[in-house]
Amino acid sequence: MERQAVNRAKEAFLSGRTRPLEFRLQQLHALQRMITEKETEICTSLKQDINRSQYDTPLLELIGIENEISLAIEKLTQWAAPRQVDRNILTVSDEVYVQPEPLGVVLIIGAWNYPWAVTLQPLVGAIAAGNAAVVKPSELSEYSSLLLRDLYPVVTGGVSETQELLRLRFDHIFYTGSSTVGKVVMEAAARHLTPVTLELGGKSPCYIDKNCDIRIACRRITWGKFVNCGQTCIAPDYILCEPCIQGRVVECIRQTLLEFYGADPKCSPDYGRIINQRHFSRIMSLMEGYTPVIGGQTDASQRYIAPTVLKDVPPHSRLMQEEIFGPLLPIVAVSDMDDAIRFVNEREKPLALYIFCSDKKATKKMIEETTSGGVTVNDVMMHYTLSSLPFGGVGQSGMGCYHGKHTFDQLSHQRACLIRSLGMESVNLSRYPPQDRRRARRARMALKSPMIDLSKRTFVWAVIYLDTILSTPTTYNIILSQVS
Amino acid sequence: SFVHMSREQLIVQRARKSFQTGKTKPLEFRVHQLKNLLRFITEKRRNIADAVKKDLGKSEHGTELFETLGLEGEINLAIENLMEWAAPRPVEKNLLTISDEVYIQPEPLGLVLIIGAWNYPWAVTLQPLVGAIAAGNAAIIKPSEVSSYSAKAMEELLPLYLDKDLYPVVTGGVLETQELLKQKFDHIFYTGSSAVGRLVMEAASHHLTPVTLELGGKSPCYIDKNCDITVACRRITWGKFVNCGQTCIAPDYILCEPSIQSTVVEEIRKCIKEFYTDNPKSFEDYGRIINQRHFKRIMALMDGSTVALGGDSDESQCYIEPTVLKDVTSESKVMREEIFGPLLPIITVSGVDEAIQFINEREKPLVVYVFSHEKKLIKRVIAETSSGALLANDCLVHFTVSALPFGGVGNSGMGCYHGRHTFDQLSHLRSCLIKQLKMEGVNSMRYPPHTAKKMSWARFFLLKQVNMGRLRRTVLLAMLAGLAAFAVQVTSVPNSPNKSYIRQLNWR
Repeated sequence: MERQAVNRAKEAFLSGRTRPLEFRLQQLHALQRMITEKETEICTSLKQDINRSQYDTPLLELIGIENEISLAIEKLTQWAAPRQVDRNILTVSDEVYVQPEPLGVVLIIGAWNYPWAVTLQPLVGAIAAGNAAVVKPSELSEYSSLLLRDLYPVVTGGVSETQELLRLRFDHIFYTGSSTVGKVVMEAAARHLTPVTLELGGKSPCYIDKNCDIRIACRRITWGKFVNCGQTCIAPDYILCEPCIQGRVVECIRQTLLEFYGADPKCSPDYGRIINQRHFSRIMSLMEGYTPVIGGQTDASQRYIAPTVLKDVPPHSRLMQEEIFGPLLPIVAVSDMDDAIRFVNEREKPLALYIFCSDKKATKKMIEETTSGGVTVNDVMMHYTLSSLPFGGVGQSGMGCYHGKHTFDQLSHQRACLIRSLGMESVNLSRYPPQDRRRARRARMALKSPMIDLSKRTFVWAVIYLDTILSTPTTYNIILSQVS
Repeated sequence: SFVHMSREQLIVQRARKSFQTGKTKPLEFRVHQLKNLLRFITEKRRNIADAVKKDLGKSEHGTELFETLGLEGEINLAIENLMEWAAPRPVEKNLLTISDEVYIQPEPLGLVLIIGAWNYPWAVTLQPLVGAIAAGNAAIIKPSEVSSYSAKAMEELLPLYLDKDLYPVVTGGVLETQELLKQKFDHIFYTGSSAVGRLVMEAASHHLTPVTLELGGKSPCYIDKNCDITVACRRITWGKFVNCGQTCIAPDYILCEPSIQSTVVEEIRKCIKEFYTDNPKSFEDYGRIINQRHFKRIMALMDGSTVALGGDSDESQCYIEPTVLKDVTSESKVMREEIFGPLLPIITVSGVDEAIQFINEREKPLVVYVFSHEKKLIKRVIAETSSGALLANDCLVHFTVSALPFGGVGNSGMGCYHGRHTFDQLSHLRSCLIKQLKMEGVNSMRYPPHTAKKMSWARFFLLKQVNMGRLRRTVLLAMLAGLAAFAVQVTSVPNSPNKSYIRQLNWR
């Protein structure tokens, strides 16, 4: 079944259908229509999967997808056009450019936490770049994947279907999910020399400087942490702050939670649930042995975990070993910003780093002395929303990036094109054997000026003109030997 | 207790420790190392040329032209442009980020493993190193053991110029490479065969290490019957027999119509004589096959094909005469693998249609060569085939245009380099968004409790990318005013939960 889907996609690609820009635009328009016309159904499916509020789905997923589609439609001609490059002295009269080309068949493996965004956003780029795509939504977001199957050709299924797919050959694999499975995907891709984009995870640290506006910082952090019930790859995983502000941080979060979800978040239509029993148990076990200062209530029948905050969490606790991906917010004490920097650097490179600080200099220092996929300062997650910023990880948090034009570029082959003429053969003389000192020196002069400036340009034109007029290699030799 | 670490583990650990001190961050340090690398190439020119002569039989001028000249160019380019390349790169903002700092910051990845190849042992090992240094990484350099003299020279001489801990040279064979590949790197840059490329990527997957693979393939060369065949054959002959055919981007085989096959053969014969004299064996500028194994491999490829030119060989010297094979078919032995030697098969096709079909039936090559006067035909080949690069009416020279990304696609590789591309390939381009803790009212759109009213505001402001550049000032101001009005409106709605909170805020 998987093989059939892939063969169909391959045939579609080889037929050449996806190459004309009109076809790609048509597909993108169709995708746009699908999102707008089926919004209600999509929201319902997410409510069933993860109890997401009907407002959060457009806010967090659909508006983003719509924007990506609009951008691709608007810019496609520009993105797909040949891209000029600088020449050097030997190629000054040639056509030199980079031509973006489709790769072929792209496999997109989606995740369950934002099943539409992380599956369809890569698809937008794949279509725009002229590829065929095989989409494999996550089986964990069951209702969403079934709905998607009704609307667009996809391959559904679980682990064994995915393994089957990974045995087949693709021209690119775009995977969103965990680092563990990311390794398996890359290993499978290695067998076919298939390039990969891996959007993985990690523990995204969130540092709160003691001198910033803690109230506003906590509002933003609270929103980012508990949206989608903490099941966001770029959610602030844990907080780092000095012990003297820990109490205030806790209080501000408490007040914000009250404002957002009311006294009993279980009754709030805006508060989500954990995706399934396995993850529910996993998150519960992370809390073992700790008494939260906020929340901690659970209801297994609903897979409900209250927004929970824990303070004075030791760095070596289980809570600090794996990505939480749930509504538990640990606060780890650090002595100052340098200590926080050390803490972050001792761990795997995260997908995002958050810094709350009013001191520009200190902020720049922290950015310079750490690394992560992306950084947002004084807010959380917002770097995701700007399509001009490449979104992706580094190290264990992933490789490659996307959003906006970056998706198009990631799923294209940037083919170097150099079109010379069969004339002016005399210019090539210096490179042919027999090599001797004069020729090597001439070639040296020519190859050493990669960036051509106006004076050199004029000189070369003079030489070429003279050469064509006089058309004797000897004259050319004389002129250039004058230069060397 | 003493934990036994392998030599490779120790070297990697030392390099990583040295990287973690932050030495490579300042641009001055990187430029200093690059300048030393440049000095190395100029001061040790003789040693490098000697090593390459012993490895590949290449003349001193050949080495200069094909190995060190390009390297010097790359180093100078990096030194000249490093500040620009390493600087923050501002990007286009949207309405909600209009007063924020938004940019991409290039950062070092950490520890880069560079595995070199034997055919241009200095160029393909040290050009990636230029980018690695420029990008602020540490690098383990593993030259190919097959070009043993060059590897030895690199091992002995490079530490005299570059930081020993940050850029160590590790020599060795298959076992040592396997041991290296078990370690964790932040990027692996490999040049070599597709078969080994798979193994490198597999090893990299265990640590989620990104890779650049510069591999190979059979680069086809189509000659249009109406072009200037004399000039075309000169350029092809040069491109093919340089380094005795052992070039990853050498034209592997020719595709042309039967009517011009004999002309092509004749023109190539003339060029070979002009370039390499009647006796290439005794001529300084004609190379040798790297070793016995490859010599035997290449000789065996000739089985079953008709020799139109050349064919002579001398195993004791690993010498193979420049050879052209004609009337070759896709089933011939010589068409089964990348030749990487001085055999040039000619396959006849009925025209460009069949040529395109022939090319597309095979793995995507590193280069497609087209020789034609007709722009339309060239553009058609570009549109209907795929390859790492396409070069029309010449061979090899796209390698020297550092602004062009050099790399493969499909079986011929992934990733690219040269010039700024190496820098970017070996950096992490980190997205940075610097906001302020003000204008909190605007954020109410996204906070629960959600209402239909807030949602409609969100749609208005978030939907449709606003192109800052094109937007007229008045329209922009109107939108900002709208945003501010929204923020005010939120606080003025009676009984709004946000309002009571903000009232509390004001009291503090």
